[in-house]
Amino acid sequence: MSVTAFLTDSTLCIGCKACEVACKEWNGVSQDELDWSGFSYDNTGAVGAETWRHVKFVEQAPVPGIGGNAGEHASWTFSSDVCKHCEEAGCLEACPTGSIVRTEFGGVFIQPDVCNGCGYCVTSCPFGVVERNQKDGRAFKCTFCYDRQKVGLQPACAKACPTESIKFGEIEHLREAAQQRVQELHARGMADAQIYDPEHSSVRGTHAMFIIRGDPRTYNLPPNPELPTVYLKKSWRSSAIAAGLLLGGTLLAFLTDGGHRDGRIK
Amino acid sequence: MSELYPVRQMNADEFARERRLDEIRREAEHRGQLRVMGTRPRGAPFPQATPETGYYGIPLLKEPPWTWEIPLYFFVGGAAGAAAVIGAIADYTGADRELVQHARWIAAAGSVISPALLISDLGRPSRFLAMLRVFKPQSPMSVGVWTLLGFSSGAAAAAFAGFLRSRYGPSLPLSVLENAGQAASLAFGLPFSNYTGVLIGATAIPVWNRNAGDLPLHFAASGLGAAVGLLELIGHRKSNALQALGLGAAIFETWEGLRIESRSHEELDPLKHGLSGWITRAGGALSGPIPLVLRIASLFGGKRRSQSLRRWAAWSSVAGSLITRVAWVHAGHVSARDWKLPLQEKSLLHSNAGRQMKD
Repeated sequence: MSVTAFLTDSTLCIGCKACEVACKEWNGVSQDELDWSGFSYDNTGAVGAETWRHVKFVEQAPVPGIGGNAGEHASWTFSSDVCKHCEEAGCLEACPTGSIVRTEFGGVFIQPDVCNGCGYCVTSCPFGVVERNQKDGRAFKCTFCYDRQKVGLQPACAKACPTESIKFGEIEHLREAAQQRVQELHARGMADAQIYDPEHSSVRGTHAMFIIRGDPRTYNLPPNPELPTVYLKKSWRSSAIAAGLLLGGTLLAFLTDGGHRDGRIK
Repeated sequence: MSELYPVRQMNADEFARERRLDEIRREAEHRGQLRVMGTRPRGAPFPQATPETGYYGIPLLKEPPWTWEIPLYFFVGGAAGAAAVIGAIADYTGADRELVQHARWIAAAGSVISPALLISDLGRPSRFLAMLRVFKPQSPMSVGVWTLLGFSSGAAAAAFAGFLRSRYGPSLPLSVLENAGQAASLAFGLPFSNYTGVLIGATAIPVWNRNAGDLPLHFAASGLGAAVGLLELIGHRKSNALQALGLGAAIFETWEGLRIESRSHEELDPLKHGLSGWITRAGGALSGPIPLVLRIASLFGGKRRSQSLRRWAAWSSVAGSLITRVAWVHAGHVSARDWKLPLQEKSLLHSNAGRQMKD
């Protein structure tokens, strides 16, 4: 048993959406509306309750570099987004039923038979991944193919990816592979290639890393994702002060009230 | 994956599904050929994904999925929790029996309505029970549901025992139940009246977590204003203690409104601009300055005028408390739709800490 991860290399992605299809077929997730969003060839916009893998179509002004886009054409990159399976997961901390658990492979898994649809994980995910299914009422997201990993298989999306843009394996191996790949890309002139894995934020790294070019914000990846539990101390302190003031104030009000026996108007 | 070993063998059906994944891969290899160079619209503005516009301005965060029951629950819970505190303290200090009874009944009504609202949001009663499997101190939702359970049991027991005593006369078991219930409703009512501020404060929604340190105090004052208002509307418009508590809540809410209006951070925009901004202002005015002015005016002049002014102040506080909860939930939705905020380079918490240091 080893701790596993995804490494999604956007410099290899061809935008074929095989990962989306494979994920839906394996996990029995219903079809998305086949309408165009108006933003390049994207038709879903973001990951959600019924989109566990989502291919982003990032169109930018021409940028110099190798990859077929040099010169007059717009830069067109694709990146397959997925639940980040955070090292410190906001959804897991927030879940009041214990439905969301950390699996033996390091992934974050929602047990559908325990989830009660309270939706608190939805407001606690700094990546906007978890969503409540409107028809069903429960929360859903990528399972990291827990069922497949259990029998020694790689997740369906990684299996179906024709360019091996989605890599799956032991997290330490993938971290090394990512470093090597970025160095290779730098050597080939893509100086803006980098790894997205927010290890220095409060989520303390992810089990779904990305190789991207340029600013993570272009890919809707937050530069500094924040675990909501960092606000707990401040908030409970305020709650304790509020409780103290309410108790003290009420005591004071009633103790100093001399004429409190004539309270009610008939 | 040589590092992984199979826990069990695949069956025939699973093999078929596995072969289907290979098919998808082959099809993608065949058909996934790039023959175009992106879209090249003529004349129309070309949508671009950039660090400044994010991914076409598509929001990163998901909106809170809660239905109308949740802001109503925040209101009911706040008022019921504060009413239980007022009832218990009024009892311990030997205040008017009727005031004690009415405060208890408000708490008991809240103890029934609150879980009903949560169950209605979840869809099925069994889903509420799923939250009683575990206690997680790091989850405000879990802490909250256990607080609700303690509060509801206590408030309902105190009201029920009080009712039986008044009907069938005093007895030892009834008096034990009544006192224990009242003590529990006081102990749990204190956090119950404000924990919903922690609940929304410790989330990923910027307008909420930006105010994580103020929301519980704000919600406690709002709940107190509503509880005092309800008691005054029932008829306790001569109680000086309630007048003092109502003044306190109104002063705090006025200060809270000034605090929101005087700070300018883009995370706070939903509280000041657009529909959510106006709902926040309406709630703030009805909870803060309006009851404050009415209560101060009621201190002067005749008895009849004083009680009439206090009645208006009570209506204002109750309506203000409800609107305030609606406003905060609505502002959370607006904040989640703002794609700019979660993509900020600097952490909100750190800039928050910086603000405190500067202050």
